[in-house]
Amino acid sequence: MAGTVVMLVDDEVPFVETMTKRLTKRGLTVLSAYSGPEALKGLEEHRNVDVVILDVKMPGMDGIETLREIKRQHPLVEVIMLTGHATVETAIEGMKLGAFDYLMKPCEVEQLMGKVQEAKGKKSQHERKILEARMKEITSRRGFD
Amino acid sequence: MFFLRDSLQDVTGSGFYSSLRRNILLVIIAVSFAPLVLITGLIGYYFHTSYQNKVLDHLVELVEKHKQSIDAFLYERLSGIALIARTFDFEQLSNEMFLREKLSILREEYGGIFVDLGLVSDKGIQIAYAGPFELRRAMYSDAEWFKKAMQSQVFISDVFTGLRGMPHFIVAVKRTYGSREWLLRATIDFVAFNSLVESTKIGATGSAFILNREGEFQTRPRTERAVQRERLLDFLSKRSLEERVAAFQQKDPSGKSFLYVLTPLKNGEWILVYQQDEDDAYADLYRARRWAFLIVLVGGLGIVVTSVALSRRMVHRIERADREKEMMNEQVIEAGKLASVGELAAGIAHEINNPVAIMVEEAGWIEDLLEDEQLSGNANLEEFRRAVRQIQTQGRRCKEITHKLLSFARKTDPKLKEVQLNDLVQEMASLCEQRARFSNVRMELHLDPALPKVCASPSEMQQVFLNLINNALDAMEKTGGKIDITTRVETDRVVVDVADTGPGIPQANLGKIFDPFFTTKPVGKGTGLGLSICYGIIHKMGGEISVQSAVGMGTVFHIRLPLPKGEGKGSCV
Repeated sequence: MAGTVVMLVDDEVPFVETMTKRLTKRGLTVLSAYSGPEALKGLEEHRNVDVVILDVKMPGMDGIETLREIKRQHPLVEVIMLTGHATVETAIEGMKLGAFDYLMKPCEVEQLMGKVQEAKGKKSQHERKILEARMKEITSRRGFD
Repeated sequence: MFFLRDSLQDVTGSGFYSSLRRNILLVIIAVSFAPLVLITGLIGYYFHTSYQNKVLDHLVELVEKHKQSIDAFLYERLSGIALIARTFDFEQLSNEMFLREKLSILREEYGGIFVDLGLVSDKGIQIAYAGPFELRRAMYSDAEWFKKAMQSQVFISDVFTGLRGMPHFIVAVKRTYGSREWLLRATIDFVAFNSLVESTKIGATGSAFILNREGEFQTRPRTERAVQRERLLDFLSKRSLEERVAAFQQKDPSGKSFLYVLTPLKNGEWILVYQQDEDDAYADLYRARRWAFLIVLVGGLGIVVTSVALSRRMVHRIERADREKEMMNEQVIEAGKLASVGELAAGIAHEINNPVAIMVEEAGWIEDLLEDEQLSGNANLEEFRRAVRQIQTQGRRCKEITHKLLSFARKTDPKLKEVQLNDLVQEMASLCEQRARFSNVRMELHLDPALPKVCASPSEMQQVFLNLINNALDAMEKTGGKIDITTRVETDRVVVDVADTGPGIPQANLGKIFDPFFTTKPVGKGTGLGLSICYGIIHKMGGEISVQSAVGMGTVFHIRLPLPKGEGKGSCV
């Protein structure tokens, strides 16, 4: 699945770095951010981000808050939550707020790839539907004219 | 304040309790005995003295009255004779017929007191006589009484035997006929007089008698043997009898104590003596004293017995309370320890989780690289791969541990529901069926079909049952055996027993099995968290988990969960 742009958000720098390398190797374009605000800023700059991989537990602005902001500002961007066990409930809460799925840390990279692809698929479908709807709207508008 | 104790050390020693018991015992006995003895002693003393005084006063009064009646008796007789002597002259009285007539009048008037009547001349010759004896012409000139009678107008003699050979005494009145004096004398019946004196009898030993100043008996005492005449005389010689009445106590040589009351009679010529055994006189007092003594004795015995029993029971109770408190302290410490260890564990788990994740990722990265680079020629390639896989395997192991730790410390309450434990047990048992068959373990369920539902989190209860069954299976992995799972109702609780026939838990470990990280399984096999997770879950639901075990016999875990309070549905909140 070429062309998928992923943003990795975690306060653990080595984790982000290695994960970036591994995901890049698997053909993803990976942007990285080390905190919530940084992630929001990055999303603002790079409008082509498809999926955000978001650690729930971060100092300062935590995962849930970041998620809420992302969903508010970029509703189409899919978010996959990364969590330790104790924060499963938080992850579930995140899903209710519109996250695509969650994974427990440490996770298999293949599993993560799978989720990313699913998310990307969902986003693409979403975008396609929006596109179709717009087209429909445009065509119907003409019809009414 | 002997209830206070200085340190816990003292409590454990039995010496503390025995000294506590002794102290309580002594205090009770002292406090109860002191007033008892004091009151008894005080009342006893005052009662004793006042009663003795009363008795003596009573006796004195009695003796005084008696003295009056005896004096009155004597002077009445005397005045009777004096009347006759004054009314009739010598001539008339020397006529024996006349005299006999007068005697019979006197006897009529005074009862049979007068034995005879005689007229005696100044020469001491009885000129006329009336009475039962042949005493006419009797010569009294040498008789003691005659000499004395001639000296005074009226006279009462001591008791003497005289001519007739019988004890008697004489009442005489002197008159003058012309130039000559004469006496009219009468004999008083000794027996009658005696009975008058003796009429004062009190108790068993109290009696009265009369002594003259020489100490001769004028009446017969009741028991002559008991009378200490010498002592009385000794006493009399030291004391002037001008005193109206004298009362004292004296002991005889055999040690017996007597009470004496003395009073003069007949112008001090005679002494009326009242004598009584002290024991007899104070019989009531002594009886009361005996009773008091008996009551003090019995009461004291009762106090001692009661205080021994009471102190023993009290100390026993204190001991038990102390023990319970200590046990509770242990439990509180236990629970606190679990909680703090849990929190610590959660913190550590969180901190460790991230580095572990990074390590696993790095290993994964190496694996990725190994696949990429053309290293197939390298002899160590396989070894690299193995090492990386091992890192990943161990990383996953760390993950498992941290995840269990986190689940153990998880604070958020999973939703409670009304749960039929029978179903859960059945479910978990069937889950383990395969493994059980593998280890040659038979599993039997004894489920109470009427088991009420309880409030619990189903997933957590599953975890608990699975942990317990797995532990049992682990214990009997090699030997095989049997697992019995029983559900039952116990008053207001639902009980699930998981019993195995495994090797049992040694006593030393029994207290630690619910501690986090305590395990007897080989390294890498168990985290030591299973039972502490169970403990945490059951306690969170307001239940209890306990264990009974005997080495070689097996182990039973009891889970007790409270029944929901309200009957209605949705009472689980």
